[in-house]
Amino acid sequence: MSIKQDKHNLTPPTSMQSSRFSGHSGYSDKIFSNLTLFFTIIMVGILVALVFVLSRDAMPAIDKFGFSFFTSTMWNPVKDIYGALPAIYGTILSSLIGLVIAVPISMGAAIFLVELAPQWLAGPASFVIEMLAAIPSVIIGLWGLYVLVPVVRNPIEKWLGHLSGLPFFQGPPFGVGFLSAGLLLAIMIIPIITAVTRDAMKAVPHEQREAMYALGATRWETINKAVLPYCRTGIVGAVILGLGRALGETMAVTMVIGNSYKLTASLFSPGATIASTIASQFGEATAGVYTGSLIELALILFGVTLIVNIIARTLVWRMTALKAAKK
Amino acid sequence: MADDSLEGGKEMNNLNERGHSRRKWLNRVMLVLCGTATAIAMLMLALILGYALIRGISYLNLTILTQAAKPVGETGGGMRNEIFGTLILVVLGSIIALPIGLLAGIYVAEYANPNVAAAIRFTADILAGVPSIVVGVFVYAVMVIPMHSYSAISAGVALAIIMVPIVARTAEESLRLVPSSMREAALALGITRWRAIVGVVIPGAMTGIITGIMLGVARIAGETAPLLFTALGSQFGVQGLLKPIGSLSLLIYHYALSPYPSQQRQAWAGAFLLIILVLGISIIVRWASNRKHI
Repeated sequence: MSIKQDKHNLTPPTSMQSSRFSGHSGYSDKIFSNLTLFFTIIMVGILVALVFVLSRDAMPAIDKFGFSFFTSTMWNPVKDIYGALPAIYGTILSSLIGLVIAVPISMGAAIFLVELAPQWLAGPASFVIEMLAAIPSVIIGLWGLYVLVPVVRNPIEKWLGHLSGLPFFQGPPFGVGFLSAGLLLAIMIIPIITAVTRDAMKAVPHEQREAMYALGATRWETINKAVLPYCRTGIVGAVILGLGRALGETMAVTMVIGNSYKLTASLFSPGATIASTIASQFGEATAGVYTGSLIELALILFGVTLIVNIIARTLVWRMTALKAAKK
Repeated sequence: MADDSLEGGKEMNNLNERGHSRRKWLNRVMLVLCGTATAIAMLMLALILGYALIRGISYLNLTILTQAAKPVGETGGGMRNEIFGTLILVVLGSIIALPIGLLAGIYVAEYANPNVAAAIRFTADILAGVPSIVVGVFVYAVMVIPMHSYSAISAGVALAIIMVPIVARTAEESLRLVPSSMREAALALGITRWRAIVGVVIPGAMTGIITGIMLGVARIAGETAPLLFTALGSQFGVQGLLKPIGSLSLLIYHYALSPYPSQQRQAWAGAFLLIILVLGISIIVRWASNRKHI
């Protein structure tokens, strides 16, 4: 240590060896930076361990069924034969129902919040929609089971069944089933799609709108032809992010889907998703192939949400990077 | 509203007029639809909250708050143990998650080079997107099976895994909002880098960090799926960290599917308590972070 630096050391509260530069800092600095690195590695390690452990524990099922796990519709604990197709189908179907309902509502809400609502209304309205995301899934499931399902059974499914000859609106109106699950999923993903779309629309520069108005366009034409195309990427990212949520959602879906393991075209029919199958059967599964199959389901769910989330994040990031570049 | 078109010649006027009114009509319809969509989204919250709060409070009484659960058929009985269980699990999850999340956030904001930081941020986002039921299965495999028992501590770990990315991301974002002139000023005084971070940068980012922690707490307080195969639920109350434990969310799930009206009523009462807890935290967080901007 030079004399010059010792002078500086007179003022600090504790007489630590000090330096301006991390390059030659004291022990305490090394310890702290390594500590933060250590905990970062733990965080990353959790994700790695998750992949490793799920793959390892799914092995009994992977070994026994191979690829036929994806194509078989059988789920028979007595004969110890399992196939994931009905669960995969149910997951995709209920998520699609959720998206079909949630996307138009979220788009409309985002447009309203960004383009139409006066300042005093936009803030509180955003807040209310975001609060919807904070409600625990199990409470939405409780509400769905006791409030939504009876309504779905009586007016909605009866009415849809009478009015249309479509095959997916046929069958006895149970109430519990894909339609109820899809409706709950829609409620649960509206907040995230709305919030991300709203942020993407806010990133559109004002010149874009003003140019359109200057051409004599109406407000809707401006939104439709100048604003929405500009933030397409962000909107697609928002929808895919919502899809990722819907695919992995467990409690609410488990409570209203009926947990019946079969392939059926009817939206009124009880069904199962990957998450609901795990939630309802894992507790009673005996070790070996049964547990292995459920863990393989978890692995599939993890893989799918991983891919979906990576795509969504990349799209949303590209949109925000665009905004940053413009600034 | 900018709904006037260019003026045309006399012969064009008629045509313009028709196109004009059609455009105006479409404009009005679409704008009304957007407003309706917003109203529907807001109505959903009102419906769910309304039912849970009104039904919940009508079934709520002192017995429910202060007594342990009783077997079906006996009168009385409450959810004291489950309320305690939720609090214990939230505290456990937070104790495990906070060091990991905060220090990882500090590493990314203060030490990592940009590429490494982007990669870790991405990892945190991916971890946050892992379905909570998958986290439950994972913790079952790494803790419940080796320990031969469902336990409160395994549930705490599962909740911590869900909380870590939330805390890490918000901590990192709020640390990066602290102007680098403050870091430089601190270092210029001759203190070490870690003391600059702990003494100057972190206090400057405190509001944001606490917001993130509270968001994480609100999130894990309502989680159910990761508890199914870790905490399991318990009829015997809180027996220590190595034994199964109940929680409000598990109680709501089990009682909602119960055939007994008395248990269904308790599910609604439990939902009331859980909503007050979760939304209470969320609203406080929102209020506090708004104040910061003013």
